[in-house]
Amino acid sequence: MVSGKSRRPIKARGSRKVRARGVWSIGDRVGLTIAWATGIFLCLVAFSVTIYLALKGVQYLNLDILISRPEAGTEQSETGGILDPMIGTLLLTILGTAIAAPIGVGIAIWLTEYGRPSLLARFVEAGIEMLVGAPSIALAIFGLLIFQNSFMAPFSFTAEGGAVFGRSFFAAGAIMSLIALPFVVGGTREALNSIPKHVREASYALGKDQASTIRRVLLPSARSGIATGTTLGMAQIIGETAVVVVLLGASLQLAPEGAIPVLDVLKGTGSTLTSYVYQNSPAGEGKAPEKAYAAAFVLLLIVIALNLFVNQISKRGRHTWG
Amino acid sequence: MSSLTYEATGIPVESEEADPVNRRVELLLGALASSVLLFIAGMILFTLFKAWPSFAANGLAWFGAGGNVDAQLTDIFNSPADPADYIYKLRAWPLIWSTILISALSVLLATFIAVFSSIFIVHFAPGPLQKLIEPVVKYLAAVPSVVYGLIGILVLVPWINSTFITEEMRSSVAYVIQLDGSSVMAGVMILTVMILPIMIALIVDSLRAVPLNWREGALALGVNKWRAVRTVSVRAIRPAIVAAAVLATARALGEAIMLAMVTGSIGFAPNPFDGFLFFMEPSRPLAPSILDGEEGLSVVPFGETMYAFGFILIVSCVFFSFSGWAIRQSLGRYSIGAR
Repeated sequence: MVSGKSRRPIKARGSRKVRARGVWSIGDRVGLTIAWATGIFLCLVAFSVTIYLALKGVQYLNLDILISRPEAGTEQSETGGILDPMIGTLLLTILGTAIAAPIGVGIAIWLTEYGRPSLLARFVEAGIEMLVGAPSIALAIFGLLIFQNSFMAPFSFTAEGGAVFGRSFFAAGAIMSLIALPFVVGGTREALNSIPKHVREASYALGKDQASTIRRVLLPSARSGIATGTTLGMAQIIGETAVVVVLLGASLQLAPEGAIPVLDVLKGTGSTLTSYVYQNSPAGEGKAPEKAYAAAFVLLLIVIALNLFVNQISKRGRHTWG
Repeated sequence: MSSLTYEATGIPVESEEADPVNRRVELLLGALASSVLLFIAGMILFTLFKAWPSFAANGLAWFGAGGNVDAQLTDIFNSPADPADYIYKLRAWPLIWSTILISALSVLLATFIAVFSSIFIVHFAPGPLQKLIEPVVKYLAAVPSVVYGLIGILVLVPWINSTFITEEMRSSVAYVIQLDGSSVMAGVMILTVMILPIMIALIVDSLRAVPLNWREGALALGVNKWRAVRTVSVRAIRPAIVAAAVLATARALGEAIMLAMVTGSIGFAPNPFDGFLFFMEPSRPLAPSILDGEEGLSVVPFGETMYAFGFILIVSCVFFSFSGWAIRQSLGRYSIGAR
């Protein structure tokens, strides 16, 4: 630590400024103390959140909760488990990532490799930034606006009078992909930008055109960046609540619509771990904080696992170009 | 280079423009990228279109104060089925004020903490602590907002209720609101923690980009390390701090779920003249209002009112994200990060 060192003021003639040399004035000491305090505060917050949830989670989580479906009930012992929310989280994450990954990689390639006209490219960059900032609740109600149109009827439940419900895994997945998209674009762009120019030139020299250079040379080398971005996007989808409450219906159990397996579930409503936590907290209707703690702990474990995974791929996948 | 697979085809490419496949790929990807812009424009326009009746019926008074906003929302929700009799009267100021208040307070607080902790991370943290603190910041960013909300409502709110709120406070405002700990204060505290990681990430990056010899210049003049960092590095990255604060504002404005859980969900405008009590008062920003009204979206006038909230949010968030982006772009040109 540096703060302890205070040197004797150097005596100098004339200039008053010189007296401040190497001296830790009270202001400096206070500043440094605040810096230490804020740094330690961050660690404390992270640890207390984790340890508190871990304690509660270990207390309330058991195998029974994990493998039983949620039920309506007035007592906490009657409300079942979190199987459906877990399936919901899984389905929604797969759906959202499956839409976001190809589009995001495509946009990133265009931005780094083509980017003509450059004004348009700049606007697209800003647009991606706006997507990051767009409030998820506003995206969600906009999604509802789209999916309640009659031409979107195949993607959700249609009531007797012809009113389209607009809430389904498809609808939620489509909007979720927008939340994940900026992360995929960011990860891919970073990876593509880190590939030196001479690699592309080598490929051109071998007679490859730009399209096949991208496909055969650039994309394989950008794999770890794409994976990092996609995983970060997945983490966003898993943590998102507002979209689930508005667009997935946040129903207690999965509610399939129609007769075709798999598709019927995707057309129906459901819930995820986040919406389950929300609804079972005192803010929602469930009033089952024990279940909410258990689900929140599972959620946190998933987030930690994804974080570790991202660290792993960015550590292993770092490509050094000679 | 092992992962690269070259297939020498031996076919020379005359020019990129002449190659139809390449041209098609470029156009396809360009169209894909441009669709992002179309989407944003469409989102703003459609939401405005849907929200228009609410704005049109109230005029500029929509943004003003007057009456109980929750009662007005209930009236809108219960308006008659005949489109001619729809009720639209809304004075949304309490919700807007709450949005501004909570976002501004938490961004201010977070800017302060973020600047100091970034300095700590980059310049003063001892090795092991530095190795620990960076994953910690990433982790804090990754914790879902609903988890923050859950801890807020089950731990922080009861704590505020028992620690700060006295019986006198309760009885002094009992005729308008009930104080139970769900408050502006709880919202600001958690929101600060939620927006900190974004700000720290940006500020740490730009602090690292300050050339070492700039600081060495200061150190050579004999000032201590803190002074050198404060007067040279922090001054050099001022635009980055502004950019971080602006981006964090966009994030704070859009936060719905956590604020719906901890701020009490009452359409009340906390009054700064109430002194300390002010922080204990419940309120509800715009984003949680949409979430709370989600069940009523199918009631036409109520839905339109919700889309009006959504429109205000989208426009302000898009504005803030764009400004943050623009400031960061200029960073490279006029300040640190040019190389």
